[in-house]
Amino acid sequence: MASYSTNEFRPGLKVLLEGEPCTMLESEFVKPGKGQAFTRVKFRNLISGRVWERTLRSGETMQAADVIDRELDFLYSDGDFWHFMTTDGNYDQVAVGAAAIGEAKDFLAEQSRCQITFWDDNPIAVVPPNFVELTVTETDPGLRGDTAQGGTKPATLETGAVVNVPLFIEIGDMLRIDTRKGEYVSRTKQ
Amino acid sequence: MSEAWQPSAAIETLLQRAHLLERTRAFFKERGVVEVQTPTLDRYGVTDVAIENIVVPAYGYLQSSPEFHMKRLLAAGMPSCFQINPAFRAGETGRWHNPEFTMLEWYRLGFGLAELMAEVAALVDWLLGPAKVRSMTLGELVLDAFGLNVYSPSEKAVRAVCRDEGLENPRDLHEAMDFLIERAIANLGIERLFLTDYPSDQAALAKVATRGGRRVALRFELIVDGLEIANGYDELRDVNEYQRRCKQDNDRRRLLGLPQKLKNPLFEAAMAAGLPDCCGVAVGLDRLFALALGKHGLHEVLAFTAS
Repeated sequence: MASYSTNEFRPGLKVLLEGEPCTMLESEFVKPGKGQAFTRVKFRNLISGRVWERTLRSGETMQAADVIDRELDFLYSDGDFWHFMTTDGNYDQVAVGAAAIGEAKDFLAEQSRCQITFWDDNPIAVVPPNFVELTVTETDPGLRGDTAQGGTKPATLETGAVVNVPLFIEIGDMLRIDTRKGEYVSRTKQ
Repeated sequence: MSEAWQPSAAIETLLQRAHLLERTRAFFKERGVVEVQTPTLDRYGVTDVAIENIVVPAYGYLQSSPEFHMKRLLAAGMPSCFQINPAFRAGETGRWHNPEFTMLEWYRLGFGLAELMAEVAALVDWLLGPAKVRSMTLGELVLDAFGLNVYSPSEKAVRAVCRDEGLENPRDLHEAMDFLIERAIANLGIERLFLTDYPSDQAALAKVATRGGRRVALRFELIVDGLEIANGYDELRDVNEYQRRCKQDNDRRRLLGLPQKLKNPLFEAAMAAGLPDCCGVAVGLDRLFALALGKHGLHEVLAFTAS
């Protein structure tokens, strides 16, 4: 596997840190005039999502991580695994476990095209599209005439996620959701 | 990275830069400090362990500072003088580093370190606007930040703090301390700060004296917004001590696998002939201009950065 020297460091580089795949967020060359040169790097661990900070001596190397992002369509969940299909025309299926799916499971609509990160060919992270459409399976009955007041109430979506919605939303409504914030955007149809 | 032919700094910024250069020269004119010019290319480089010269085959080295030449001028009778010229350091590329940068260096005959620090503070006020400057010793800085004694550190304690701060395996105590000092400065959050009383093994070409029972280098640095801006010395005049430090540098270079560097025999001869009692300081002028103009990296104030 290739490795990168500190002078090749740049944001977006995928490297192994403590045996785990990380993406570089930023890298800064620091050197006192009369002192040793260092490179200070911030990483995001691609498995845990945590941000790590390390300082390397100039000239040190890090091993590259075999990490690739691919687009797949979500098919269904059997409760233990979330099943996706490749979009390259081969219709290969990929099963993603709970650890890798993380919070993305709240916003997976059937057929939605997701970005899946693979490390050594294993899926480690899933990013749903920015906007998905999901059906309301449970919410208190809305009170007619309250629409102008701008009040909200919780509603449960087909994935089990709960979002705040306006009072006029009813069970069976299809909602447009911003997956980055986990927020209601609009009602698409009744 | 695609390369553009256009300058990395905005034309408007470069016009402001021209004005700042004029103001800098006016500062020295008012004080009767004369401008000199010395070569950027010379047969000899520096022995400093942390500075690598850029080698010019068949000619020598691009100078990492005008120090040797300017001191040879002083030894020959030049009065207090300043210079604004390019300085070169191999392998230094980053937001606040460029292999070629603009150094402002000046020497004051008969000045003590405190007088020179006051003049540095006045220059910064003149270019950036006035602000309060604090002063602390390097010992206070490192003790406050990490509870360590910078003058006689325990290697075990230093390594433990390094690990906590994100440096896994420093090669030696020097490297560990460089790292911790840099971290302490970065975390300090003081706008303008003079650091004084460097450990004697970081004296470079400064005098060493006993203060509070410790051997310390008569050196200061000025930190502005976390950036190293100036590095000033009460200048070493003892040629034997210069020779001893060159040897010490080369010994450490050998340990670290770095190239051996010759001591500068012409500088040595000038010192032997007699360097007048003086203090000198080098300022990273591009950084200072960037701060004056509210910019966030050297590329915003240099017409073109090294590609």
